[in-house]
Amino acid sequence: MSVRSSIAVLAVVALVGLLVYGLVSKGSSRVAVGEQAPTTSLARLEGGGEGSLAQYRGRWVLVNFWASWCIPCKQEAPTLEAFQQRQGGPRFTVLGIDTRDLTDDGRAFARRYGLSYPQLRDGDGGAAHSYGTTGVPENFLVDPKGIVRWETPGPVDDKYLHEQVEPFLPKEKS
Amino acid sequence: MKTAGSKPVGLVTAVAMMLLVAFAPTAGAAPRASLIEIEKEVMCPVCGTLLQLAESPQALREKAFIRRLIAEGKTEAQVKDALVAEYGEEVLALPQGSGFSLSAYVVPIVAFFAAAIALALGVLRWRRAGGDGGRGRPDPAGPKGDDAERLDADLARYDL
Repeated sequence: MSVRSSIAVLAVVALVGLLVYGLVSKGSSRVAVGEQAPTTSLARLEGGGEGSLAQYRGRWVLVNFWASWCIPCKQEAPTLEAFQQRQGGPRFTVLGIDTRDLTDDGRAFARRYGLSYPQLRDGDGGAAHSYGTTGVPENFLVDPKGIVRWETPGPVDDKYLHEQVEPFLPKEKS
Repeated sequence: MKTAGSKPVGLVTAVAMMLLVAFAPTAGAAPRASLIEIEKEVMCPVCGTLLQLAESPQALREKAFIRRLIAEGKTEAQVKDALVAEYGEEVLALPQGSGFSLSAYVVPIVAFFAAAIALALGVLRWRRAGGDGGRGRPDPAGPKGDDAERLDADLARYDL
């Protein structure tokens, strides 16, 4: 192969490599059951400062990705708040992550539905990306060691939480 | 009492004053932001398309947010800054000037110069070869082998 042909082949390979790298770096794989949950540090939706899933190590955490513009999230929010009221405590909490949303809209949503569980803000969708979500709402149950034990795309309801999530949690109210 | 040069100086001063009056109000003012212009230059982060093309619930919220900022008198740059503060750098339609996104600027430039160099080298070679790569020029040494024999035979046949 001549030098010119080699250079041409190298240029094409480099270009294809660049395109593949671009596609791979944009994509993300969904966090699977049994894997470590990402602990991206995020701004708190209310009150300032930052928070992260890592702060809840030692507790079961139901990570809920939501957004104020999402209609299923509106249906799901009262269910999650009721679940937090029943199960929330030193051993369990719901952790809301408001993703790709306007801060004021997110705050208004949390007030409207009286959400008492902690809320983080993921404006650029980086945390949602690291979990590999494809939309909102999505839920991930993370155990006290930070391992994902259950996950589901789409909204949850009372029946679903009772049947799918409660069996993982400590028997007495935590 | 007027001097001889006072008339041109007065005229220049008058023109300068007129120009000053004409441009003074607009010189310091930033252009008024418009939703139509801004939505061509920012993304709907959820849809992955230009905001201009998006009609999703998130896009409608984003448009309402921009309208509100415009109504508050914010400039286009201030609106974009506010969008970046809410959604991050990816809300801007133009690729970022760092990381992998930098390749969006660098690759076309490198490709342009590589193509220009290749074209220039090709033209130089073509010109050195006589304009047609030397294919149409006769060999100064004359034909060789069978061609030489055939030529000699033809010349002998037509020799008058």
